[in-house]
Amino acid sequence: MSIPSVSGGVRRRITRTLSILLLTVLLLTVHAGAALAASLDTIIIDAGYDKQTSIAIVPFSQGPEFDGLQPLSEIVEFDLARSGQFAPMNRDNMLSLPSRQQDVFFRDWRVLGVEYLVIGRTAIDSDGRLRVDYHLFDVFNEREMFVDTLSTSRSKWRDAAHRVSDRVFEAVTGIQGAFSTRILYVLAQNVATPSEQFSLQMADSDGQRAETLFSSTEPLLSASWAPDGKSVVYVSFETGKQAIVLQNLETGSRQLITNFSGINGSPVLSPDGRRLAMVLSKDGNPEIYVMDLADRALRRVTRHHAIDTEPSWTSDGRHLIFTSDRGGRPQIYKVELSSNFVDRLTFEGTYNASATLLPDGEHLVYVHRRDGIDHIAWQDLARDDVRVLTQTALDESPSVAPNGTMLIYATQVEGRGILAVVSIDGRVKYRLPSSAGDVREPAWSPFIETL
Amino acid sequence: MTSPRFKNNNRSLFVLLLAFILAGCASTATEPVDESVEPPSEMGDRAPQPIAPPQEFEAFDPDLNPYVPGTTRLLPRTFYFEFDRAVVGPDDLASLEMHATVLRNNRDRSVVIEGHCDERGTREYNLALGERRADAIRSYLTSAGVSPRQIETVSYGEERPEDPGNGEASWARNRRAVLIYR
Repeated sequence: MSIPSVSGGVRRRITRTLSILLLTVLLLTVHAGAALAASLDTIIIDAGYDKQTSIAIVPFSQGPEFDGLQPLSEIVEFDLARSGQFAPMNRDNMLSLPSRQQDVFFRDWRVLGVEYLVIGRTAIDSDGRLRVDYHLFDVFNEREMFVDTLSTSRSKWRDAAHRVSDRVFEAVTGIQGAFSTRILYVLAQNVATPSEQFSLQMADSDGQRAETLFSSTEPLLSASWAPDGKSVVYVSFETGKQAIVLQNLETGSRQLITNFSGINGSPVLSPDGRRLAMVLSKDGNPEIYVMDLADRALRRVTRHHAIDTEPSWTSDGRHLIFTSDRGGRPQIYKVELSSNFVDRLTFEGTYNASATLLPDGEHLVYVHRRDGIDHIAWQDLARDDVRVLTQTALDESPSVAPNGTMLIYATQVEGRGILAVVSIDGRVKYRLPSSAGDVREPAWSPFIETL
Repeated sequence: MTSPRFKNNNRSLFVLLLAFILAGCASTATEPVDESVEPPSEMGDRAPQPIAPPQEFEAFDPDLNPYVPGTTRLLPRTFYFEFDRAVVGPDDLASLEMHATVLRNNRDRSVVIEGHCDERGTREYNLALGERRADAIRSYLTSAGVSPRQIETVSYGEERPEDPGNGEASWARNRRAVLIYR
């Protein structure tokens, strides 16, 4: 089943992708590390921790074949810096620039207070692929922690860099790195004018390499990822009414899932990818439903005259967290799918909405209104301890990185919609504005294979 | 805050007055009142009165929007709401009654009611709130004898602001339901 206007959308996507590719080639040949026009900037606001791990990422030796590519060490440095947990050393302060193990003298680094050292070199293999060899050293213990080799293509250069960041991050912190992930978001241009344009964008977790997945003159919203990261689901008004659309990222093909009268909203795939939770108001009132994607069978989960919306899954796929104003004001509830038993989770404040669990299943993040202003809050479910993580206004759409260390959300700065990231403890903050328009509704991908 | 863009001065006055009245009436002061707003002196004059349509007047303008029956004044098609509320204001009932009359007398015409919200609150919750606002208008029209077949509703939540600015004056213009005649 496909919507008539979808094929046009696919054509548009193909032409757009082609133009992006052309643009990429152009930019890559012109300037090192040039980003696509619509990519997001990343500005670190608050690097947070008192005790950051000191790390030196020595510029990797790169031959002239790598001209036009941003130095890999720069990409890694910026990844680790915006995690807030690392303080990468300025290369101008380095006493030596080794690229091979035999050239490493630990005392050179120890006197500078460096705890960890990354060195590496790049080469072109006979088959034309790019090779990266790199090492991580523990300076104080004077030992190599690991050595790794990556083989990649020119177009996946940034993916290789993020992979290096992931491995270094994990080796030092014990937490899986989430730099090789992507973010989805909606770009709105010329809002409230006749040339209003909405597009669903996908970019790297650092805001680079943005590409348009679909665009429309009608609103797009509520995009989320399939658990395998290979497709996305969202709400589109392209037919003049709401519809839920599933789009395959590899083929670009788009599938209409629902277009009932009224609301078709908040689509979220289950952890096993087989079911889709959503909000439908076809029976007169917004209720939460679960569709079995194999046979499209719909099951109604909530039954209440209040607004029930914004479902999100627990990791076992047996419960949904959702927003309801059944108590008079919007609060967060949890429903067990086998019994439809409903439990209220939030009690502090008069507006709590758009909740999602952290990967540990024990903490909740959501939009929390305090003194009339919407912030992102974190809650320990066992202790009902609520902490406000953000200080801006109109904060919404929190989406958690798959390793649970950071969350991305939408906010406004000087009347402009931007994306922002905050660490789960609230200490580290960076912003991702777009020069192309208002950006909103970010969704952080699961762990994905990028190389 | 960006400068407000008004479609016409009458509407701007109407909205400001309405915002003033609603803010003044609210039992809990959730919204700041703009001190510069003029007192609501003309509300009585602006509330249209139902009049039996004499035959010599057209019911619709060239864009197929309805006139106040018996006049060549366009019937207001946008209705504003209080923050987080979906209750039709008492001052809008006379206009809605005239819309009901127009639709009852023209069974071949239909209307799409769009529900909209200001930008505060989450987007999906606002879709639901916008639908409640559209439903509130629909309920009024059907209870006044309009066939449900003549009415469709669509909620845009906060996605289609009339005024993209921040602040109460913009937000008041964005919390609305709009009747689109077909």
